[in-house]
Amino acid sequence: MCGAPPQDLDLTGVDLSNQAIVAGIISREEAPLAGAYVRLLDSSGEFVAEVPTSATGQYRFFAASGEWTVRVLAPGAQPTDRKVRATTGEIARVDVTVG
Amino acid sequence: MSRETALVDADWVEAHLDDPKVVLVEVDEDTTAYDRNHIKGAIKLDWRKDLQDPVRRDFVNKEGFEALLSSKGISNDDTVILYGGNNNWFAAYAYWYFKLYGHGDVRLMDGGRKKWELDARELSTDAVERPATTYTAQEPDNSIRAFRDEVVAAIGKLNLVDVRSPDEFSGKLFAPAHLPQESAMVAGHVPTAKNIPWSKTANDDGTFKDEAELAELYVQAGVDLATSDTIAYCRIGERSAHTWFVLHELLGQPNVKNYDGSWTEYGSLVGVPVETGSGS
Repeated sequence: MCGAPPQDLDLTGVDLSNQAIVAGIISREEAPLAGAYVRLLDSSGEFVAEVPTSATGQYRFFAASGEWTVRVLAPGAQPTDRKVRATTGEIARVDVTVG
Repeated sequence: MSRETALVDADWVEAHLDDPKVVLVEVDEDTTAYDRNHIKGAIKLDWRKDLQDPVRRDFVNKEGFEALLSSKGISNDDTVILYGGNNNWFAAYAYWYFKLYGHGDVRLMDGGRKKWELDARELSTDAVERPATTYTAQEPDNSIRAFRDEVVAAIGKLNLVDVRSPDEFSGKLFAPAHLPQESAMVAGHVPTAKNIPWSKTANDDGTFKDEAELAELYVQAGVDLATSDTIAYCRIGERSAHTWFVLHELLGQPNVKNYDGSWTEYGSLVGVPVETGSGS
């Protein structure tokens, strides 16, 4: 992984070198979904953090190296889980499409 | 206190949107949420700008609280319904703060803004103005607020409940994972504290679990609710206000204090004991 942020993911002002980022874009029907809620769970399934998605469907967590689960809550949809491995100095990208 | 007097659900709020004696107040860390839209008629409180002293690290004083509520158009006999983002963390903090200054009827909306949004209930972009009032606050009730010396004295004696995530408790993270991990504090927790993350008290949609489940959480973690007083803390006192609400308002525990200095103060103190790891 080259560490360069994907062009459509805005990480302006974030020092990537010492952070383990989990980030991505949530969409519905091929359009970014604002106002969805994204939860970060640790390897035991314990809640760690939650953010609403931005106007462009984006979310971002500052995690630590290790295994995590991203859970997406959106109006009218069942929660969706995705497992992810985060590494310091890298961006673990998790995009999710909800029904 | 009990669920009936401390909590309302979203249906109750919808039924009281036009009740002149009910004041909806959205409390957020990030007030752009309110500025984007809010529940019809709700006014905004900014956790940092409105509720913290602009210079010292402390609350606004009694006169400041009176001036704030007067300017926001809140009367002493109004029913204040607080809700907000972050699973009601800052709304719970404001609830505790309203109690500290003796407001008569204040309640949380269960699930906060998230539950309202996930239910796809209506939000408004209309500006809200309320005519100014003359609000009178009580002297601060410090029986629900802990200061650092009390926390140090409570080690090994009282229930200390650390409501941060397990990784913050053990020292792996300094802050919740939606914030940058940079800090001048040391990492860890107050020795003898039990780690019962605030998130265990809430469902995914932000509503509180029922009282039997809540009590079981603390019993399972070895917290002596029957005979010992309790101090709750987190990083800056907002998640622990959420747990203070659970213990004091929903479970009716008599002596529970929120330590609003929390880890950002304790983790910066010179000479106090600190423990790392997952606890005993």
